[in-house]
Amino acid sequence: MTTPNDIHALSGAYAVDALDDIERAGFERHLTECAECRAEVAGLREAAALLAETTATEPPAALRDRVLADITKVRPLPPETPAAPPVPARRQGRGVRLLAAAAAVVVLGGGAAVVWQQPWQDSTGEAPSVADQVLSAPDARSTSLDFPGGAKATVTHSDSMGKAVLVTEKMPPPPKGMVYQLWLDQPVSGMVSAGVMPVKADQKIMLEGDARTADAAGITIEPEGGSDHPTSDPIALFDFGQGA
Amino acid sequence: MDHLRPVSSGELDGPPGDDAGAAPDLADLLRRAGRADEAAFARLYDATSSRVFGLALRVVRDPAQAEEVTQEVFLEIWRTAGRFDETKGSPFAWILTITHRKAVDRVRSAEASTRRDTTYHQSNQPTDHDTTVEAVQASLEARRVRGALKTLTDVQQEAIGLAYFGGYTHTEVATMLDLPVGTAKTRIRDGLIRLRDALGVGS
Repeated sequence: MTTPNDIHALSGAYAVDALDDIERAGFERHLTECAECRAEVAGLREAAALLAETTATEPPAALRDRVLADITKVRPLPPETPAAPPVPARRQGRGVRLLAAAAAVVVLGGGAAVVWQQPWQDSTGEAPSVADQVLSAPDARSTSLDFPGGAKATVTHSDSMGKAVLVTEKMPPPPKGMVYQLWLDQPVSGMVSAGVMPVKADQKIMLEGDARTADAAGITIEPEGGSDHPTSDPIALFDFGQGA
Repeated sequence: MDHLRPVSSGELDGPPGDDAGAAPDLADLLRRAGRADEAAFARLYDATSSRVFGLALRVVRDPAQAEEVTQEVFLEIWRTAGRFDETKGSPFAWILTITHRKAVDRVRSAEASTRRDTTYHQSNQPTDHDTTVEAVQASLEARRVRGALKTLTDVQQEAIGLAYFGGYTHTEVATMLDLPVGTAKTRIRDGLIRLRDALGVGS
């Protein structure tokens, strides 16, 4: 019943959040490689947003005070690096992508919470559904490492999705002024930053970059803000084996 | 009060210079908010909060929860304003997309069976006085949207209403409307395309 073309037909349901989590993850993956659907979703969202004109309702005045009080306590996130358009990674020059990643790390300096760039996810604090998709991919392969003290880290990668996900349990915070940084070991470029880990004991993180080509994933301890290249030996190395 | 326009502090290289528009320039306000300009953010709130709150209320139905959703939405807008990308869509669509997603997340995670049992038919009614306080100002834009909605088929209207205002998935919508599985998503898409074209928005 499902044909390969069916995925395009989900654009409308996606634009109004009428997909379940699995469908949404699949469609967001599709969006990264289908400019037509991206444009269509954008247009349909414009139309859908106007539906809110028909339900406009003034909120209570007290809400304004609460919101304006809230924001004084929250720092706006830095902008995403200008060099990172949401086009398929594979079509972009590798160098460009890596440069963008490095720039992101530099911009994020100062120890701010790192937000994982998922262009098609509207909210930054949500559970990464694409990560779940990787974890449940049919070709997902996991490598776990136990640390002294009970911490555990598992990297799962899926060649079909081209992504790797790190799941940590009871991870102790990094030393003061330092961060955990993730890396993908790429055949030609060597260790390429896959992002800086937010400080959190239990979390699920998507590694930036193409996991399909990588031979391994690693974690190092780096100065706050992250580094362009690992400056210390990895505290963990997850061998992907012979990638397809 | 809509004639309050963002006052340029002089540091912007390209604020829109025309005096014609009465509505505040949301993109400009977002840019300033991204630089932690609280006054600009307050203006952004004033310009959009009735849409955000109204949509949240329509989807979650409980005023207290709608307030919470609205609060979350604006906090997120504040945090991520610097990442708003005008080339991908309008500020209004960006804000309402965040709102809708959060409202839908709220009802799905709550997934109260009471809500499922009792309320889905209400979404078919264009004006829903029992759950939604009628808008303070029935804007011209709202009239235009209602007019555009009339160009849709009944099924398209119903499917979009259940998805957008009801927060249901297309599979649930199909069941509710007795459509074959897989048809509701098509109706939603066709209907939105027709709405988009009727309203002359989007790319």
